Amino acid sequence: MKNDDAEARADENIEEMMKHLVKDPLKLLAVEQPDVLKIHSVYQENPGFNTILFEKEINAKPGQFVNVWIPGIDEKPISISFVDRENRLFGITVFETGRCSRILCSMKKGGMLGIRGPYGNPFTISKKMKRIALVGGGCGAAPLSFLADCAIAEGIEVYFIVGAKTKDKLLYIDRMKKRGAYVLAATEDGSMGAKGFTTDVLRQLLNTDKVDMIYACGPEIMMQKVIGIADEHNLPCQISMERYMKCGLGVCGQCACDDRLVCKDGPAFEKEEVKTMGDFGKYARLKTGKKVGLKEYYTHGLNKQTAQ
Amino acid sequence: MLGVSLKNIRLSNPTVLASGILGVAGETLVRAAKNGAGAITTKSIGIHPREGHPNPCILTHKHGLINAVGLCHPAIEDSLKEIEYILQNSPSPLIVSIHGKDAEEFAQAARMITQPASVRPAAVEVNISCPNVQDEFGKPFASDPILTKKIISAVKNTSRAPVIAKLSPNVPNIKEIARAAVNGGADMITAINTLGPGMIINLKAAKPILSNKSGGISGPCIKPIAVRCVYDIYEETKGKIPIIGTGGITTGEDAIEIIMAGASAVGIGSGIYYRGIGIFKKVCREMEGFMIKNGYRDLDEIRGIAHEK
Repeated sequence: MKNDDAEARADENIEEMMKHLVKDPLKLLAVEQPDVLKIHSVYQENPGFNTILFEKEINAKPGQFVNVWIPGIDEKPISISFVDRENRLFGITVFETGRCSRILCSMKKGGMLGIRGPYGNPFTISKKMKRIALVGGGCGAAPLSFLADCAIAEGIEVYFIVGAKTKDKLLYIDRMKKRGAYVLAATEDGSMGAKGFTTDVLRQLLNTDKVDMIYACGPEIMMQKVIGIADEHNLPCQISMERYMKCGLGVCGQCACDDRLVCKDGPAFEKEEVKTMGDFGKYARLKTGKKVGLKEYYTHGLNKQTAQ
Repeated sequence: MLGVSLKNIRLSNPTVLASGILGVAGETLVRAAKNGAGAITTKSIGIHPREGHPNPCILTHKHGLINAVGLCHPAIEDSLKEIEYILQNSPSPLIVSIHGKDAEEFAQAARMITQPASVRPAAVEVNISCPNVQDEFGKPFASDPILTKKIISAVKNTSRAPVIAKLSPNVPNIKEIARAAVNGGADMITAINTLGPGMIINLKAAKPILSNKSGGISGPCIKPIAVRCVYDIYEETKGKIPIIGTGGITTGEDAIEIIMAGASAVGIGSGIYYRGIGIFKKVCREMEGFMIKNGYRDLDEIRGIAHEK
């Protein structure tokens, strides 16, 4: 015990020293490396969509992501979709798009994955809010489901609007209903909820109900429409963006959208900031750093959450 | 107080955004310039597009960073568009870093980048010292004086902008390499590139974490090596060749230290991880604070004074 105390004091001294050097003293000692964790459990949301749970206390806010390392294979940024502080659990939702996500989807209880983070600028909620609308397209619903949990815990009413091509791709319907959110689904084929898009549902909702903030995550064309609707109703709005990332630490510059770094300045942005970004809804960067149209970007399978 | 000249390039302050950090997009480079960087350097670009190594390619450890990004960049036509954007929007001079697999590729890249008079960068930095592509290209050119001279003179022949040789610390005698670079026609030297390469093994996975297994070490832990390399190069070149002292510079005092060793400007890269993009202004403020307190009027009074007997 004594030794531990002495060590703790020594650490304090180092911190004192570091304070003179840099504003954020702990950062000098921070180690951004994956913590390899055993998978606590895997829950199938839908065919091809699994939520992987890990047992670890994580100080994460909704909208943040972790970098998930498959040892010897790849590392991918994935939104945190679930946190259970009481039971020290957190989860990410993975879905099959490419080689890496196929491996992630095949992971079973007891499997090992490396986690570093949480990273990124989160969504913000305030206690003054009474009612909020969340608009999730495809896997974009992942960070929003965590946001819904947090908002409901603060006593905020949540409209959880979720959309996908078909019923079997809609995420978190039961979980959100159970949690007490008003769930409004939209499918392109009408197999569940309204036939059409999440933005149609949002428009209808705002015709009858007042909300304090709109949050959106999904394809950029959807988020652009949501921002337009928020403008029409003079409402604040936050969206979460996605770009191919490398470091997650705000240094490599790979995830630039205009001069913003999506890994650090984002992924969550206020709509006013988004409107200053000429790349938003139009361009993204490939692994080489080449700026291409979003359509071409998506064909490279670099996106993590917008496939529907 | 902090203004410096690198040959005929005037910098409002000696901080230079080092190559490889925030250097993918023209917009983020301009952001660094607007946040106080005295000059900005692009990520190394070459003739043929490269995706770089798979993730993970950047991590931190207790004493700094480790990276093996693997020289990713788009095709040179695309890079030229970014350069044009930067030149139109950056308040600070632009240095374009280039790489290649041989002297020909380096020379071609330098020609293409400095050809159009309307979009000519202030200087071309020749990256002959990347430690992360050895499987593909063999040992970095900067490990060998003959290759160093060959590449630099090839670039010098085609470049219409001043040529900066970026040297590696991973050599037994950096003076010899610096001499070769100068003999090849280098107008300036950047020292140093990342150290190593090093490796981090995750104990639970029992595997190296970086996809490339090894990667270049940067950040505070390499500063003493950077300072010594700059000291050696300054001695070898008798202070006649401007040196951009790079490696672990995080504070104003670090910057003063490497200038005392002989640097004319200071590169900042990993420091952005520790102090954010505001680091350039912070370092400048700290340098000014030191200079005022110690009665220095400009950086000429400090440069190389560690050598005086």
